[in-house]
Amino acid sequence: MTLTQDSGTESRPVPEGHVRLTIDGIEVDAPKGEILIRTCERLGIIVPRFCDHPLLSPAGACRQCLVEVELGGRPMPKPQASCTMTVADGMVVKTQHTSKVADKAQQGVMELLLINHPLDCPICDKGGECPLQNQAMSGGRADSRFIDRKRTFPKPLPISTQVLLDRERCVLCQRCTRFSDEIAGDPFIELLERGSNQQIGVAQDKPFQSYFSGNTIQICPVGALTSAAYRFRSRPFDLVSTPSICEHCGSGCAQRNDTRRGTVLRRMAGNDPEVNEEWNCDKGRFAFRYLTSTGRITRPLVRGADGALTETSWTEALRVAAEGLLAARAGTLPVAATTAETPLELAEGVEEPAEVVEVVEPKEPPKGIGVLAGGRLTVADAYAYAKFARLAGHTNDVDFRVRAQSSEELEFLAAHVVNTSPEAGGVTFTGLEHAPSVLCVALDPEEEAGTVFLRLRKANRHRGLRVFHLGQWTTPSVAKTNATLIPAVPGTEPTVLAQLGSEVLDVLGQEGSVLLVGDRAAEVPGLFAAVAELAGRTGAKIAWVPRRAGERGALDAGAVPTLLPGGRPVTDAGARAEVAEAWGLSGADELPAEPGRSTVEILAAAAAGELAGLLVGGVDPYDLPDPEAALAGLRAAPFVVSLELHESAVTELADVVLPVAPDVNRDGSYLNWEGRIREFGVTLREPGMLADCRVLDTLAVEMDIDLFTQTPAVAAAELRRLGQGSVIGTGVHATSGTAEPAVPGDGQAVLATWRQLLDVSSLGVDEPHLAGTARAPEARVNKSTAARLGLTEGQPAVVATERGAVSLPVRLADLPDGVLWLPAHAPGSRVGPTLGAGHGDLVTVTAGGN
Amino acid sequence: MATQPLTPVLTRRWLSPHSWTRETYERLEGYQALHTVLVGRAGGEGPAHPDQLIQLVKDSGLRGRGGAGFPTGMKWSFIPQGTTGPAAKPHYLVINADEGEPGTCKDIPLMMADPHSLIEGCIITSYAIRANFCAIYVRGEALHCIRRMTAAVREAYDAGYLGKNILGTGFDLDIVVHAGAGAYICGEETALLDSLEGRRGQPRLKPPFPATAGLYAAPTVVNNVETIASVPAIVAGGSEWFRSMGTEKSPGPKIYSLSGHVEKPGQYEAPLGTTLRELLDLAGGMKDGIPLKFWTPGGSSTPLFTVEHLDVPLDFEGAAAAGSMLGTTALMIFNETVSVPWAVMKWTEFYKHESCGKCTPCREGCYWLLQILERMVAGEGTETDIDTMLDVCDNILGRSFCALGDGAVSPITSGIKYFRQEFLDLCKAQPAVPRPDQLDDLVGAQS
Repeated sequence: MTLTQDSGTESRPVPEGHVRLTIDGIEVDAPKGEILIRTCERLGIIVPRFCDHPLLSPAGACRQCLVEVELGGRPMPKPQASCTMTVADGMVVKTQHTSKVADKAQQGVMELLLINHPLDCPICDKGGECPLQNQAMSGGRADSRFIDRKRTFPKPLPISTQVLLDRERCVLCQRCTRFSDEIAGDPFIELLERGSNQQIGVAQDKPFQSYFSGNTIQICPVGALTSAAYRFRSRPFDLVSTPSICEHCGSGCAQRNDTRRGTVLRRMAGNDPEVNEEWNCDKGRFAFRYLTSTGRITRPLVRGADGALTETSWTEALRVAAEGLLAARAGTLPVAATTAETPLELAEGVEEPAEVVEVVEPKEPPKGIGVLAGGRLTVADAYAYAKFARLAGHTNDVDFRVRAQSSEELEFLAAHVVNTSPEAGGVTFTGLEHAPSVLCVALDPEEEAGTVFLRLRKANRHRGLRVFHLGQWTTPSVAKTNATLIPAVPGTEPTVLAQLGSEVLDVLGQEGSVLLVGDRAAEVPGLFAAVAELAGRTGAKIAWVPRRAGERGALDAGAVPTLLPGGRPVTDAGARAEVAEAWGLSGADELPAEPGRSTVEILAAAAAGELAGLLVGGVDPYDLPDPEAALAGLRAAPFVVSLELHESAVTELADVVLPVAPDVNRDGSYLNWEGRIREFGVTLREPGMLADCRVLDTLAVEMDIDLFTQTPAVAAAELRRLGQGSVIGTGVHATSGTAEPAVPGDGQAVLATWRQLLDVSSLGVDEPHLAGTARAPEARVNKSTAARLGLTEGQPAVVATERGAVSLPVRLADLPDGVLWLPAHAPGSRVGPTLGAGHGDLVTVTAGGN
Repeated sequence: MATQPLTPVLTRRWLSPHSWTRETYERLEGYQALHTVLVGRAGGEGPAHPDQLIQLVKDSGLRGRGGAGFPTGMKWSFIPQGTTGPAAKPHYLVINADEGEPGTCKDIPLMMADPHSLIEGCIITSYAIRANFCAIYVRGEALHCIRRMTAAVREAYDAGYLGKNILGTGFDLDIVVHAGAGAYICGEETALLDSLEGRRGQPRLKPPFPATAGLYAAPTVVNNVETIASVPAIVAGGSEWFRSMGTEKSPGPKIYSLSGHVEKPGQYEAPLGTTLRELLDLAGGMKDGIPLKFWTPGGSSTPLFTVEHLDVPLDFEGAAAAGSMLGTTALMIFNETVSVPWAVMKWTEFYKHESCGKCTPCREGCYWLLQILERMVAGEGTETDIDTMLDVCDNILGRSFCALGDGAVSPITSGIKYFRQEFLDLCKAQPAVPRPDQLDDLVGAQS
């Protein structure tokens, strides 16, 4: 039997592009160019290693992975590092399992690594999950022959507010420096000194400011790098680990939640080669303290007769909410009953609401419900909001967009985005990696989708991907992907796209090219249409990368005014019929056929006294282009139900507040920008913490309607059964009445603005160490504009509108003339709330005092 | 083989007045070889084809003088030539003048006394490998040498030997004299290239080798000063003449640097294969007649020799056959007054200080070995320490990233091999307190 098999192996041809070698007596075929240590892994032979990492370039520094190699029948004189040697035909490899030399070499290196290691495992964060500890236990000496002085360093060295370095634990494998240099492009940490004094360090006054610094902690094979957030908080063996999906951006990175006694203590990047590989950004890793912040809402609240919110039972809260919404739908709400009693600290501009209501009394009383779903919902929740709006609200007034928005955008999403997925041949992370070129429009990948940035950088470094960037200045994103900036004055982006030269068009015309468009494109009228037109002209594929985790899922789940689930247009009777059947309705006419209103329109209608009820799901009014108008709508709406994690500006204006479960307390899924389903399970079971879909289901039952969204799984299954519609949108029309781009006068500039990864955000609260690694808020202009406006680099610029003013230090950059860039939501620079202006608006600029 | 009477080749101009000037150099047949190569012999054959030069150097059997003895012509022929792929990139010649091996003192004197021979060699070599840029990486501490080399390069530019259209032949070459920052590791060719590129000098992973991806990832030849300075002589004298010196496998002349307890330390040019006994004759014998105890054939990284090895022919094969290496032919000679453990400790101090830190065995091993040796020399060692040292050496030798680690253990293993008793004696004493006086005894004769 064995003999037969053996002779079979003899005659087996080596597959094309492979070589045949023998490792520990096992014959194996390996693809040409494979690193020996990977071939060993595939055979289940684990060669110990420290510096080796499959996603980093080989270093050969630690020498832990030495094996004996025979090449061409001749043994190589020295043991070879299997992490740097590529396989070759006829190679005979003996690892520590079959070679005394390899075993001795590995034990020798291990002993040497430990002579200067403090062996403080009992107090080290890494103890229990430490490659050094594990490999020392499995392949090291039981005792040390080293009786001399260990090299010591003062500890720890903060290399940023978030990352701490214990130099004496470091084995100098260079994983962290290679990661920062190769993967993130932030080479702020480097080896210093030499010999036994060699150490990792940062330059003076230049901390390790990288959005991806946390990955170095995770890949550190010892406890040299620790995070301020987790240091000394727990031991690995006391943690319970649960796979999860990051809730922060549209990338949908795989993560892992590590909890102890009901608290999330840290989060790690998960390994998903198709999506985030093994990396995540620092926001995903560290921004989880909102879970335990004091502002969390954990009990239902109902506004009493005294105007104050008081805790109550779920039963009571749901009854009040259902009655209010039913009355709002019917237009029978006792008008002004709640509004008048709402404390209106913020409402200086709104005079005596009661009187306002009385003034409009001759008009039709407010009637109907608007649903503001917010951009951070899971797929099941978004579906529940979408279904709730149609079945309980009898309306298409449902929208997930809490930001700049346009009808052009909805047409674009319906025509080019909804229903796209990796299975349907849509753009994927891997597609980006293999694309010949990518054009980013209204998207700064590093700020708005970190892992997209990492993949673009990887593709540029390894495959020569050409990246173009339609934007205003050479941001770190642009520089680190070696991108070509296509500069555009805010507002002129569509024109610039229409007039792209052949040197760009030719590259974009190559098969597989991608146009990555961010949700910010909605700020520029005509930009979505221009992107669609460019895609048609070049054949490049379109991918929409929204900044929030829930937006793509909400789109496909039908939480939009024009689309039902699966991209079905509400105006199409056939599409409505499909949905009606699935929802157990008698026919298409049971679903509203008129396109609904957008978030801004819903709030405007409420402000105008036309809408009676608002169902709000985790919305921050300050994210809208005109927060004042949004707040006015919320104030004017007679009945507001808010489903929230945290106290917010909506809480103060709501009549019923229903707490919802954060991701760690529930299961669910996100749809990332690729359209890939990213499922996650419950990390911590917390009684009383209910998912939005469950809350809505119960609320609907109180309104005598069945949503059948009791659990995320049930809701997702129904959505899946619905599938995608047979009718989808086709064309994109530029928003009519496109205004001419603003031309700055004396003392004026055109504002360019977008958000940064780390800024003032509701999910970033209570994490000062992370906030400390944010980029300094600075106003950016070019040299000649600075001169024209009388600005000096490093000195403050005061950027003002009629609403207010922002003052930030000036930093020169390569912006177009007359353009000034501000971070949209940074400390001291909250553009929307303070200025009431946005991308493309005119602002006045003056030099601030010292 | 009797001592061959030597007509100096590399050092022939060293004693001439102002030997470092272009004027002296040209008067003593300098830049004639360059003319021959680029323009052709007067009334004879035309200019040489680069491939002819590579063949000539191959035929001469010239081997690298930096320590490893790699055949120079073969190294040049590894540079891809053509117009596609890596060959299409610019080619570079880099001169390793980072002479740092303890005891070695040949490149710096050569550059001080006869810089133009190196420059002429650089031009011919660059022409042969089709390079238009050459960098001479000089040890940063050798300031005087850097100045002299820079001045010589300027003279060569002024005379039209460097720059555009050299000697009207259309060949262009720029030479830059680059000062290192004083790191032993930067004598390792890939670390040197990193340093030259402005990075931290640490050895690179090989492959790719410098011949395909060296300086700025372009095809690069890295050669030692003495190697390249030999090239004009080969062009002038031919490969047969060159082979008439030295041995079959190690032909040509070599500068031996003798230091330590000899009457007249200094640089002695002799054919490869010359023995220490012969060199001692040239250098006036052992200082004050105190007998020889141990010596290094090629710097501290080559295992020690003793009086037994006085007649070992000092060529690549001879030194290897006797258990050491030819290295840089830096003969450090110690008489009977010097303690081997002490000398080994001092060398280990050097390696511990100069280990670059990249790989574990060398970085941690040298740190450990030095502490053991310091303890032994202070009289606090034990017999076990000797075995531990040998085992640690075994864990460094052949396990480190580059040859620095291998070199670092040579003095220790060879010292224990030949003089184990001295190490044992230090342990046996085991005084209760360290003896400060003992240290002076171990150092040996000072003047």
